[in-house]
Amino acid sequence: LILIKNGRLIDPSSSRDEMVDLLIDGETIARIDRNISGAGLERVIDATGLIVAPGLIDVHTHLREPGYEWKETIATGTAAAARGGFTSVVCMANTDPVNDNKSVTEYILKKARSEGVVRVFPCGAITKGLKGEDIAEMGEMREAGIVAVSDDGRPVRNSQLFLKALEYARLFGLPAICHCEDESFSGVVHEGSASLISGLEAVPPVSEEIAAARDIAVARYVGAHAHITHISTAGTVEIMRAEKRKPAPATCDTCPHYFTLTDEATLGYDTNTRVNPPLRSQADVDAIKEGLRDGTIDIIATDHAPHDFVSKDVEFAMASSGISGLETALALSLSLVHEGVLDLTALLSKMTVNPARLLGLPYGALVPGKPADLIVFSDSAEWTVDRGAFLSKGRNTPFHGWRLKGRNLVTIVGGKIVYSEL
Amino acid sequence: MNWSRKDLLGIRELSREEILLLLDTADSFREVSRRDIKKVPTLRGKTVIMLFYEASTRTRVSFEIAAKRLSADTVSISASTSSAVKGETLKDAARNLESMRPDVVVIRHNMAGAPQMLSSVLDSSVVNAGDGAHEHPTQALLDLFTMREKKETLDGLRVAIIGDIAHSRVARSNIFALGKFDTEVTCCAPPTMLPPGLEKLGVRVAYRIEEAVAGKDVIMMLRIQKERGGTTFIPSIKEYSSLYCLKEAHLEKAKSDVIIMHPGPINRGVEISDQVADGPYSVILNQVENGVAVRMAVLYLSTGGEG
Repeated sequence: LILIKNGRLIDPSSSRDEMVDLLIDGETIARIDRNISGAGLERVIDATGLIVAPGLIDVHTHLREPGYEWKETIATGTAAAARGGFTSVVCMANTDPVNDNKSVTEYILKKARSEGVVRVFPCGAITKGLKGEDIAEMGEMREAGIVAVSDDGRPVRNSQLFLKALEYARLFGLPAICHCEDESFSGVVHEGSASLISGLEAVPPVSEEIAAARDIAVARYVGAHAHITHISTAGTVEIMRAEKRKPAPATCDTCPHYFTLTDEATLGYDTNTRVNPPLRSQADVDAIKEGLRDGTIDIIATDHAPHDFVSKDVEFAMASSGISGLETALALSLSLVHEGVLDLTALLSKMTVNPARLLGLPYGALVPGKPADLIVFSDSAEWTVDRGAFLSKGRNTPFHGWRLKGRNLVTIVGGKIVYSEL
Repeated sequence: MNWSRKDLLGIRELSREEILLLLDTADSFREVSRRDIKKVPTLRGKTVIMLFYEASTRTRVSFEIAAKRLSADTVSISASTSSAVKGETLKDAARNLESMRPDVVVIRHNMAGAPQMLSSVLDSSVVNAGDGAHEHPTQALLDLFTMREKKETLDGLRVAIIGDIAHSRVARSNIFALGKFDTEVTCCAPPTMLPPGLEKLGVRVAYRIEEAVAGKDVIMMLRIQKERGGTTFIPSIKEYSSLYCLKEAHLEKAKSDVIIMHPGPINRGVEISDQVADGPYSVILNQVENGVAVRMAVLYLSTGGEG
C-alpha cells in the first residue's frame, strides 16, 4: 500500500481537480478520497503543494534499440522517461533492424520487460525497412504488441502505397503516425528570416503542409486513422483546424521545441537546434500555441531523439536531426500554463488521456481500479537543465543551461515507484 | 580604434568602424604590392594555414600572396589531400593543425557555419574565406575597398547586386557590409534566385535588370552557382542570359560614372557581355588587385597588428 497525501489531484479523464489523497494497492489505484489513513502502509508520500496526475504518455519516442545502443538503450531511454514523468512511451520503428516484423517487436518488448523502467509500446513500420516499397507485416506485429504504425523519420513517398498501407492498417485498428515531409524539398533549416542570414539550405513550411494534407485526405478516403506527428507550422495548424470540424477527424501532436524555440536559435549553427521538422518562425510558434489552446492540437509528444556526441559535433548540414527531449518536456510544457496558454487540466489532457485514447491504452487516468501509473510533480520548482546529468545517453539538447519552472518528483508505474526525488 | 577580434567569421557582426579600420589598413598595405621587392617583414615567424575544403583559385592565391608579402610561412591544404575523406571530423582535423601552432587558419568550406565551428575549438585566429551560402567577408571588404577607391566615399552609394542572390555568400556579405553605411542596395534576379523575405535585410528587390541598374553608382554581377544547384532555378542558361546578362545598352540608364564589379570567375555571355567585362566601366581586375591588400590587412590585424 502506498498513500499519496495532501496533493492536488488532477485527472483530465474524469475532470477531477481537487485536494484528495490517493491510495495504491498493489498495481492498481484502490481509493481516491479525502483524508485517507490506514494501517500497513509501506510508504506515505507527502504531496503538500504538489500535483498528483496520471503518468504522462509519449506517443513519439526513439529508444534506438536494437541497433543504435550507443545512442540510447531501452534501459537508459525508459530511465529518462521515468525522470521526465512518462509512464508509457511509444518507441518508433527506425531501429536497426527496423521494427517491421514480429521478431523485432518481440525483442523490444522482451528487453522492455527485463530492463525497462516504464511501459514500452512499440510502433511498427508502415513499410518494410522503412523503404516505402512493401507493406510491413502489421498483423503479426499487432499480435506481438505494436500499438500504431509509422515510417517516422521519413514519409511514405508513394501515395498509392501509402493508401494501401492505411487501408491495411485499418484492418487491425492501428493508427498511422504520420511524419509529414515532402522529400522533394531538401534543406536543414526552416526557410525564413534566420536562413536568410545563416545561408543554411532551407525548407519551406509547405513541405510539411503538403504532406499533412495528403495524409489526412488518404486516411479519410480509406477510413483509417491518421495521427499527424510533430506538427510545426501555422499552415498545418490551419489544415488540422479545418479537419477538426469534420466527423472522426485526424489527430495531431506537436513537441515542446516547436512552441519554445524559433529558427533564430539556429543562427549560431548549434547543431542541437537541428531537428526535423526544423524550428520555425515566431508566427508559426504563435500558431502552434493557439492550436494547443483551442484544442486543434490534441497531444504534446517529445520526439525524443537521442544522439551520440559525434553525430552532433560536425558541420550543421552533416549533423543528425533530433533533440533529447524526455527529461525537459514536462517543464517546457508547463511554461504554457505559466504563460496562460493552457490551464493545468488542458495541458495534462494532452499528455495523458488524449494519447491513451489515440492508442487505446488503459492508462492516463486516475480512477480506482485502474493501473496505478501516476506522477507527483511541482509546477513551480525551478531548476537548471544540465545535459551532463541526463539519464538519457542523448545529451543533445538546445536547452542546456536553461532555467525551467516545474519538475517531476515521483513516477509510479503499476504501483511501483520507479523514480523519486522525495 | 583597435582590432580586438580573434577571428574574422563574417561581416554581419562587424561595426562600421571595424570595417573602416580594415579598409584603412588595407590602404597602407597596397603600396607593398607595387614595389620592386614586394615583401615586408611584418608577419615574419608567423604561420598561416589555408584549409580549403572547396575548390578555389582566386581566393586561395590571393590569401597566399598576401601572407607571403607579409613574410608569413604558409601551408595550403585542399580537400582532396585532407583527411576529410578518411572520416575525420572537421574539429579533429583542426585540432591536429592547431597542435602545430599556426597563428592563422584561413578556411574555405562548402558548408555554412564551418568557420564558426572551428573558431570554437581553435586558439589561433580563424579567417573565413567563404562558407557555403553564408558569408565571404574578405570578398565584401575588397568590394567596399574598390567602391571607396573609385567613389571616394561609401555613404550615398546606390548599388545593384544582380544574379543568384539566394546561393551567394558574396551577396550576403555585401548586403551586410553596405548596410553599415548610408547606401541603397537593390537585388535583382528571377524570384527563384531571391530568398523569400530578402527585404528584411534592408534591400530593395527588382526583377528586371533595366529597373535594377537605373541610377546606380555600382553594378555588381554574380555568376550562377552551378555547384549549388543554381541551374535548377532557371529554365536554361540561354533564357537567363537573355533576361539578366549585363550589356552595354543597360549602362545608359545607370550613372554616367558607374562601375561594374564581379567577384569572378566571370561567365562571359551568361551574366556579363564581353563589351561590359572588358569595357571602361569595369573594375573587375582592380578588385582582384585590391583583394591582396585587403587580405594582408586581415592577416595583419588578426595576428595582433595595430590599426
